[in-house]
Amino acid sequence: MKITLTLNGLSREVDLPPLVRLLDALRGPLGLPGTKEGCGEGECGSCTVLLDGEPVNACLVSIGQCEGRAVTTVEGLSAPHLGPLARCFVDHGGAQCGICTPGMLISAEALLARRPDPSDEEIREAIAGNLCRCTGYQRIVDSIREAARERREAGGAA
Amino acid sequence: MTTAAQNASSARPPFIGTNVPRTDGASKVTGRAAYVDDLPREPGELFGATVRSPVPRARLRGITLDPAFDWSDVTVVRASDLAVNEVQCITAEQPILAADQIRHAYEPVVLLACADKRKLAQAVRAVKLDLEPLTPILDPEQSLAKVDVIWGEDNVHKRFSITKGRADLPDPAASAAAIEAAIASSEVVVRGRYTTHHQEQLYIEPQGVIARWDEKGVHVTGSLQCPYYVHKALVHGFDLAADRVHVTQAVTGGGFGGKEEYPSVIALHAALLAQKSGKPVRMIYDRKEDIEATTKRHPAICEIVSGCDRDGTLRALSIRILMDGGAYMTLTPVVLSRGALHAAGVYRWDDVRIDAVAVATNTPPNGAFRGFGAPQTIWAIERHLDRVAQELGRDPMDLKAQNMLREGDTTATGQTLRGSVGVAECLEKALTASGYHDKRKAPPAVRGRVARGIGASVFMHGAGFTGSGEKHLKGRVAVDLLPGGRLRIRTASTDIGQGTETVFRQIAADATGLHLADIDFAVPSTSYVPDSGPTVASRTVMVVGGIVERAAREVAARVRAEQETSGGDFAAAADRLLTKEREVTALVQYEHPGWVTWDDSTYKGDAYPVYGYACDVAEVEVDLDTLEVTVTGFWSATDVGKAIHPVMCKGQIEGGSLQAIGWALWEDVVWKNGLIQNPRMTNYIIPTALDAPPMHVDLVEAPYAYGPGGGAKGVGELPMDGGAPAIAAAVEHATGLFARDLPLLPERLLELQTNRKG
Ligand code: FES
Ligand code: FES
Repeated sequence: MKITLTLNGLSREVDLPPLVRLLDALRGPLGLPGTKEGCGEGECGSCTVLLDGEPVNACLVSIGQCEGRAVTTVEGLSAPHLGPLARCFVDHGGAQCGICTPGMLISAEALLARRPDPSDEEIREAIAGNLCRCTGYQRIVDSIREAARERREAGGAA
Repeated sequence: MTTAAQNASSARPPFIGTNVPRTDGASKVTGRAAYVDDLPREPGELFGATVRSPVPRARLRGITLDPAFDWSDVTVVRASDLAVNEVQCITAEQPILAADQIRHAYEPVVLLACADKRKLAQAVRAVKLDLEPLTPILDPEQSLAKVDVIWGEDNVHKRFSITKGRADLPDPAASAAAIEAAIASSEVVVRGRYTTHHQEQLYIEPQGVIARWDEKGVHVTGSLQCPYYVHKALVHGFDLAADRVHVTQAVTGGGFGGKEEYPSVIALHAALLAQKSGKPVRMIYDRKEDIEATTKRHPAICEIVSGCDRDGTLRALSIRILMDGGAYMTLTPVVLSRGALHAAGVYRWDDVRIDAVAVATNTPPNGAFRGFGAPQTIWAIERHLDRVAQELGRDPMDLKAQNMLREGDTTATGQTLRGSVGVAECLEKALTASGYHDKRKAPPAVRGRVARGIGASVFMHGAGFTGSGEKHLKGRVAVDLLPGGRLRIRTASTDIGQGTETVFRQIAADATGLHLADIDFAVPSTSYVPDSGPTVASRTVMVVGGIVERAAREVAARVRAEQETSGGDFAAAADRLLTKEREVTALVQYEHPGWVTWDDSTYKGDAYPVYGYACDVAEVEVDLDTLEVTVTGFWSATDVGKAIHPVMCKGQIEGGSLQAIGWALWEDVVWKNGLIQNPRMTNYIIPTALDAPPMHVDLVEAPYAYGPGGGAKGVGELPMDGGAPAIAAAVEHATGLFARDLPLLPERLLELQTNRKG
């Protein structure tokens, strides 16, 4: 089945059985391996992408559900340059092994889009579906808080 | 290409002690970093899968491939196909595939490969194992009692004893009698039994490798910590010359010990399938298989009897440690050793006897996990001293402070501490930052159904390999001069998230006066990096970082000598030198400080050249109805010698502490008849951002004279040691319930409450 979607701002078409997981479509035919698989059952959040601006687990969404919709992956967040969010993760220790980072960045992006000045508690809630085994989360919270500040100072633009 | 001169305009050394952006950061935040399953499919590539035993112990009578299934495009490997059926670790007692005996559930029996993933899954179900189940031994105490013999002659993987003072007698019986007498003559005697459970590493990237063969031999790329461990296993398993085995680390999504020895197994499996099929084979575990089949933290039982004076001076200590090694020995002797060497805690004792034993059970082999045996014994000794404090009516941290090791004191192995002992400062800082004393003195705070409490622990962790380990290992690093006056570090020490490649660049830059951007870090591949030893044991920065420092200095000195004779800047001199000599490389080998002495037969001497120290404080809320525990604040002051990169250093401490919190409160591998009941992320619970407390980390720097960058010590494992006992002490403060067994699940606390009332 032919499916058309907007992927990281560009219109793309794939020909796949509609029940193929969005995660497999992204990592395979769509050529975007930045979205990771940690569990395959909606628990770890490493596969988080934005679907029409809302964070979803790409392991639980089928490609068929994406017809006519907009998908954003980690590759789409920092094109063409590192934005403040990505840079803050580098500068403030938000990424260690990095396997959770794509999903974390997507969840953080969704948060900052709706809450430009989140509290630490709101940050923790927004990333509660993204497991990280390396950092203890403190520096991820710090990174997101700092990115929010930079984005506010830059006038809200990413 | 940029040159040293061009980079000169940006930031200058020193880089050590500053938070430079991590050099692999940009690739990780853009999704460009290629983990093993992100590597492009190779032409003809197959997927690999493993058929595993569904029972913990059995005789394997036969294997049947369902004749109704189309096997034409499926590669099948079983034990009978193997010339060598041994996984080379410390010894080679573990088979690559079970041949006639099943010794643990999920033991690999048959390997399959197929280009079609769906068909591969069907093929796994079309293999029938003919098994005659036997009664498994699942309990280490039964194994020790030799209810049945399942490993070697007596089920014992390894034994160690450590003796000191009056117990230091060659005859074990006399030594045991002496320690008993020493304790009996003490003014206050306290006994206790403390247990800890399995823990799954749960790196977020599951285990995976890709293997292929060509005219150069076998190539394995994977998610792994120790390329040379895998190299050694492949050399042994395929009986190949060392230069025909090529092991490369892909970007690795966390390890924590879980990718120390296990990758040898999956690498052998994929390489066998690749050899038989003649095609590249990609083998990536799914989460369930990863939790079920791979190694976990060793469960341990510690029985402690101690004697002290009424004024709190600790005198005599007797500890019996029993660890569950699982079905094969693998790294268990080393884990047991580290456990025993940390069992006396961070305290002075006159007389000590520690007896440690690890036995086999019919469960998957337990293995390396951050802390490597120490968190288990530190849990026991810290809880025990909390008991002693109760007995004496003292605050536990006052009692601990009174007995902590100082410079010049001797440890249980008779090691005299020669400095870099920052423990007193750690204690002071953590207790002050957390307001421990005031909160402790206030009466138990109960508001509605919530009780608050605060608790602490203090501990140390040896950095580097035990005893003469580093001396035997002779870790090596190469530093090459590149055109334009740049350097390249070649080492087998891997970056698995902890920041190795950034820290090594900082060390090399400051050793040479070059800019960070002038230092390259070669991808760890056994084909072109020397064996620096494994990425384990809190040794990477302290031991290997020290070799990087020396090698970088050596290369820079040669360039500077060239500069002095013929002039020009560093880059020009480097290019001239390269033209003259073609290759300018320093290959440097680790040198253990000369004063380190260790006797493996008596377990005496300098167990580690130096120790890291820390004090952890946890504040908790306990729901008095549900007995659920929430950690509301966590403080750690940690003596790291010298923080090369403070942000990454704190990141290690925070991440390790949260693993300790998870182990203490939620993480529990549930077993039934030798099978794991919760092999999924939905039911093996690790902490989320909402479960994790705010963390406050203070770095203390008591420099180690032989550490790189001005005195760095290892920090990787230390933060795993103190979280659990600090939380238990806080729960005790809040509720009066004294836990001896981990994890502190509500049902466990309920049991304690019921027993107290009864
Ligand atoms: S892979 Fe989708 S949530 Fe874990
Ligand atoms: S950085 Fe490794 S899992 Fe988050």
